[in-house]
Amino acid sequence: MIEMSEEDTTYQVPIGPIHPALKEPFMINFKLDGETIVDADPHPGMNHRGIEFMGMHRNPLKVIPLSERICGICSIVHQHMYTTAVEHAAGIEPTNRARYIRTIMCELERVHSHVLWAGVAAHEIGFDTHLHFTWKIREKVMDLLEYISGNRVNYSMWTVGGVRRDIPESMHPKIEETLTYYEELYQKLEDIFLGDPSIRLRTKNIGILTKKEALELCGVGPTVRASGVKKDVRIDQPYAAYGDLDLDYVIPSRYGYENTGDVFSKTLVRLKEVVQSIGLIRQCVDQMPDEDIDSEPKKAVLLNKLKKAEGEGIGRIEAPRGEAIHYARLKEGVEELDCWKIRASTYNNLTTYAPMFMGEQIADIPIIAACIDPCIGCMDRAEIVDVSTGKSKSYSHDELHKLSVEKTKKLLEGSL
Amino acid sequence: MKLTKTFDKALWVFHLNSGSCNACDIEIVAAITPRYDAERFGIKLVGSPRHADVLLFTGPVTKKMKERVLRVYEQTPDPKVVMVVGNCGSTTGVFYDSYAVEGPIDTLLPDDAHILYVNGCPTRPENIINGVKEAWLYLEKLRGDDK
Repeated sequence: MIEMSEEDTTYQVPIGPIHPALKEPFMINFKLDGETIVDADPHPGMNHRGIEFMGMHRNPLKVIPLSERICGICSIVHQHMYTTAVEHAAGIEPTNRARYIRTIMCELERVHSHVLWAGVAAHEIGFDTHLHFTWKIREKVMDLLEYISGNRVNYSMWTVGGVRRDIPESMHPKIEETLTYYEELYQKLEDIFLGDPSIRLRTKNIGILTKKEALELCGVGPTVRASGVKKDVRIDQPYAAYGDLDLDYVIPSRYGYENTGDVFSKTLVRLKEVVQSIGLIRQCVDQMPDEDIDSEPKKAVLLNKLKKAEGEGIGRIEAPRGEAIHYARLKEGVEELDCWKIRASTYNNLTTYAPMFMGEQIADIPIIAACIDPCIGCMDRAEIVDVSTGKSKSYSHDELHKLSVEKTKKLLEGSL
Repeated sequence: MKLTKTFDKALWVFHLNSGSCNACDIEIVAAITPRYDAERFGIKLVGSPRHADVLLFTGPVTKKMKERVLRVYEQTPDPKVVMVVGNCGSTTGVFYDSYAVEGPIDTLLPDDAHILYVNGCPTRPENIINGVKEAWLYLEKLRGDDK
């Protein structure tokens, strides 16, 4: 908690649990001096549904749909980690074809997640046209995901030992069509988010996370790669088919930019990762081995095998937001999981809020809150309590958003 | 609870997340973006429950959110319709045996609350638009003789 004394002229702004940047319940307590933020204190827990507890009371295959519903944006990530952990614990190997299909789905999800984020970021700084543009182009990858899996979100494609749906050759033209669509549009996205001078004014040198802070706070994913930290599970500890693919760390200095760790670098990293994902999907489609998609199609046999298994396993993966881990333990003779522990990427990245918010203005709260691509709950109302006078002022999401839009306008007028 | 003519076109919607997995919430935003564009019907997402006619509700209501959910419900002026989007809002769905879940929402709201259910896990944007249409018809029915 933030300490306050009588002489202190700073005041607190609890933002939450309905947030300016996303639509989930979450809370951050800000300490302000005038317009400048001096401290930020995140309060998670509004979205706690006891998922690990529920998982420990169901059989391992019933937990797969539950694991997807940890988060609707990274549902693939969680089922992947969960099934990998259980496979690891029970000593079951997924087939090679399943590894490639998993990789394709993971990368498609990365494209959808990053494009979605770009739209949210544009909205936070007052460019709603770009929000609608990015969400319009996002529908194309959603269509492809639906075409492959049958669902727009929560794909239910994973199972222990493989996947439940194949990507046959007849699907390749549609995949290729979608990839080409994004390649053609990519330049436009880059022009908007990296080239536009008014967006640069709002993102350059805002919410800086230095390399030292990134390492100290153990941030993960694009949030720390933007600061120049070479950290990517796909390369550090390859899973699924990543070991066979050609990929490199996406950090700004690779593209002739500085590793500043501000909102601009984070945008850059995410956009470049879209291109990287397109390349990875192409490689997977080309190299996909001809094999079964599931190592144990009989689910009763599989369940029996899992009941007899004893051991612990870890599923580690590079989610769109960064590294995330599932831990699972199986006990012989017990059908349910003995232990299940999840650590999602946002949990690590939340701590990076403190240095990023420090010294910034209230109007920058929405974009900095959004820049780690938080995946928890949100808030819609902020209350400002001026401690020295005892007066309080409420900021709604709209007012915060208005402040943010006004800042863009002021900057534009100043620069014209 | 008589409605005025203004309800005929522009329904203002406040979106409230009580601990959902984010999937329905993203689909709600997708429903207002160009592909589906629910805003062409005059439907608008607003930033305050005090401006809203429809409460778009997602999630199984976690312990920490329960009080806030009820407060937002009270802050919304009458007449209002609660539109529960997604299976976990209407039945707690896949989270049925959790210690941290207080829902579903219909067990928490007052008996006279008007609740509409939009199913799906997550709901498709088309279904959300259909749900808002149903909310419309419902509000019109509430108006009764005024029509």
